[in-house]
Amino acid sequence: MLVVVCIKQVPDTTQVKIDPVTGNLIREGVPFIMNPFDTHALEEGLRLKGKYGLNVAVISMGPPNTEITLRKALALGVDNAVLLSDRAFGGADTLATSKVLAEATRQLAQKEEVVIVLCGKQTIDGDTAQVGPGIATRLGYSQLTLVEHIENIDLQAKKIIARRKLEGRDEVVEASLPAMISVVREINTPRYPTVPMRLMAEGATVTLWDNKEMKLNEETIGLKGSATQVRKIFSPERAVGEILGDGAANPDEAANLLIDKLSEGGLILI
Amino acid sequence: MTNSILFLTIFLISISFFGWSCFRYFRLITLGKAENRFDHLGKRIRDLFLYSFAQRCSISGSYRFGVNHAILFWCFMILLVANTEFLLAGIFPDYINLANLPTGLYYTIALIFDIASLLALLAVLTAAGRRLFFPPKYIEARTRDAFFILGMVAVLMLAFFGLHSSEIAQGSERAALYMPISSFVASSILPGASTESLISLANISWWIHAIVLLCFLNYLPYSKHMHILTVIPNSFFKRLTRMSLQPREEFNKGNVFGVGQVDQFTWKALFDSYCCTECGRCSDVCPATSTNKPLNPRLVIHDIKENLLTNGPMLINKEQAKLPLIGGGQDGSIDEEVIWECTTCGACMEVCPAFIEHVPRITDMRRDLVEMKARFPQELLNFFENMEQRSNPWGIAPAERTKWAAKINVQPFEAGKTECLFFVGCAGAYDARSRHVTLAVTKILDSAGVSWGILGKDEPCCGDSLRRLGNEYVFDRMVKENIEMFKEKGVRKVITQCPHCYHTLKNDYRRYGIELEVVHHTELINNLIKEGRLELTQTRDLGNIAFHDSCYLGRYNNIYEAPRKAIALATNQAPVEMERHHDRSFCCGAGGGRMWMEEKIGKHINVLRIEEAMKENPETICVCCPYCMTMFEDGLKDKGADNRVKVLDLAEIIAKAIK
Repeated sequence: MLVVVCIKQVPDTTQVKIDPVTGNLIREGVPFIMNPFDTHALEEGLRLKGKYGLNVAVISMGPPNTEITLRKALALGVDNAVLLSDRAFGGADTLATSKVLAEATRQLAQKEEVVIVLCGKQTIDGDTAQVGPGIATRLGYSQLTLVEHIENIDLQAKKIIARRKLEGRDEVVEASLPAMISVVREINTPRYPTVPMRLMAEGATVTLWDNKEMKLNEETIGLKGSATQVRKIFSPERAVGEILGDGAANPDEAANLLIDKLSEGGLILI
Repeated sequence: MTNSILFLTIFLISISFFGWSCFRYFRLITLGKAENRFDHLGKRIRDLFLYSFAQRCSISGSYRFGVNHAILFWCFMILLVANTEFLLAGIFPDYINLANLPTGLYYTIALIFDIASLLALLAVLTAAGRRLFFPPKYIEARTRDAFFILGMVAVLMLAFFGLHSSEIAQGSERAALYMPISSFVASSILPGASTESLISLANISWWIHAIVLLCFLNYLPYSKHMHILTVIPNSFFKRLTRMSLQPREEFNKGNVFGVGQVDQFTWKALFDSYCCTECGRCSDVCPATSTNKPLNPRLVIHDIKENLLTNGPMLINKEQAKLPLIGGGQDGSIDEEVIWECTTCGACMEVCPAFIEHVPRITDMRRDLVEMKARFPQELLNFFENMEQRSNPWGIAPAERTKWAAKINVQPFEAGKTECLFFVGCAGAYDARSRHVTLAVTKILDSAGVSWGILGKDEPCCGDSLRRLGNEYVFDRMVKENIEMFKEKGVRKVITQCPHCYHTLKNDYRRYGIELEVVHHTELINNLIKEGRLELTQTRDLGNIAFHDSCYLGRYNNIYEAPRKAIALATNQAPVEMERHHDRSFCCGAGGGRMWMEEKIGKHINVLRIEEAMKENPETICVCCPYCMTMFEDGLKDKGADNRVKVLDLAEIIAKAIK
């Protein structure tokens, strides 16, 4: 049985700047990293492998250089890494992306039964949190988002019990398998690759699937298949801040002013 | 005749047993990996004489009691000749006898032996007395063992005098006049004794001497006195650099990285473990041991030895080792937390009189934990990721590396246009406090007319902490990239303000085939003052300045005087020395990657050092390292003394004094 982990290679956002004139992202020279939330999804997949003896495959849609990120996943111990790369996939929004990832999962499922698809709760570049649910919808899987702990998986009864982290409360839910699970950072601490595994990963095969392999209708994927189109990227104007009181001279007063301000805005309850 | 046959039998049995013990022990050394310690023969032979025969380490520094060891050592060397003769004469009484030598020579030898025996007896009594009545706190190990061996030596000496004085009393010793002590015993204790009793005293003494001597020989390999056999060769094998540099690793598939099993150490590391005299000096100076942490360098070496003795015979037979080297929770196994507590300050290696190299052993084992097992304190996960992704410990964007220079005019480094690269370092570029030091350095460089430039956002981390923490794989990749860039940009001369950058760029990078001319700002400042390129007014408003030696400047690179001279010239007063200074300086607690880890056990090392500094009533503490800066400032806050005492980098003191 197989766990499929979807990962995305994203620009290291702490190093991304926006061109003030054109409003475009300056990506030149910005290193790529594995989307931080996805590192937790990957870790959870590897833990399931250890606990339930499942195989783990990672898939990623992206340009050819995404191979570097897939090799990192191989160094951490996944069994199979598939790069979904084709010009036809380019420019995709969350809808078109989820179609490609869902199709890849479907094709993997033809060889080995897929029980769980793991995703990070969102990516740090798009921040939409839509791709995971999109995959679940397209595959007809149960979807559990914002999972902070997988309590139990019953492979016989095809049931999973997981705890979701919601605002101000937790929710323990049961769902039937196969399921798509998107994880929050609290779910685990990612492992670090050993050197022998890194060296193994350097020479390991990353499977490449282009659209000849995937056979998706080109009208439904990539830029053409995207329901949203990017018209402009800009930094939102930030309202000028305000200094409350004089914290250095009278910290108590400043703290009280802050509390008043927060309760006025309905941000805290007193 | 019967006697000599009986003795020959005993002698052969015991010498075979001794030979077998030695074979058993030294065969295990061959399990170790290769390492060349036969290079620079001239220098090695010189060290052999300097350190073994001249006993330089025993007597060094504050360990004045080592004089006693030196006396014992020399008596031992002399009596080695005496005892060889004694044993051979016991076997071939008709052929071997010193008395057969030419008269003059015989008398001289007799005199030397007699006096050496007395000195040895006195030295042994002094050593025993010291252990009984004035035990130094760092002597903690196997006191019973020590008394046993001291007792044996004392009995040997007493038997020597018993034998010779009874011979003198019988009138059968022609060198009596030249054996003042034996003669004294003969004349004061033995007069009037019958010939028979004198003969039996001589006989008994002879046999006691013979048996104890053979016991002593056989006891050696099983006690800390094994060092008698190993330290002399180890002074030949000793490292030739101040701090031994960890070798590089070859990252090929199938290789083993670091040391997770005792046979993965080099033979020298294994040999070291046989050299420990259990003197406790390393424990005495170790910052971790001194603050009640489980790490004790002496025990690390002891555990390596125990592990070798337990696993070695199995490994020789190609069987599985049964006692894990790391994390076995028993004697002969080293706990993981112990391995992470080392600050790599090198104080243990500096004081070890047996030339044991403790720090590289700890890094070897860190390599195993990081590279083979990916097991390390959780705080390090972020650190490793940040270093790999953003080439700095905090993971701050490289674009922010030049923020410190927002208000000044800085040239980018360009070969031909600028002479020196000012390698700002991660702390100097990102740490709010260290940025002031960076600015002070630039002020000094400019006012002395030094031609310098920076790499700005392209400046990488040197990788120091990665290497000390055992993440050699990432270090290796970073260094290769960095060197590529240095070569591309034509970097030759480098100025650093961090001793860790300094040591890494200067000494570690050399192994990667780049010889950079690296200078730390302390040396540079001192040179600029000497050359008259800095005009200083003497500032006096800093009060008493206590100076702290940074490990990576001092012990690692022998820079002690440059900062002191500079302070003296800038303030017209020599800095105040703390109790521990120069090569005995006490670490701030941040080296060896400890900067990035929590200090969870025992007293904080920086607080202990601050308490030491406060004894000198300083108004200012001068440091030369960004880590020391952080640790001292934190320590002062901890003690609530940060409003009375300030911590300044040498560059800041000098910058204040510039006209």
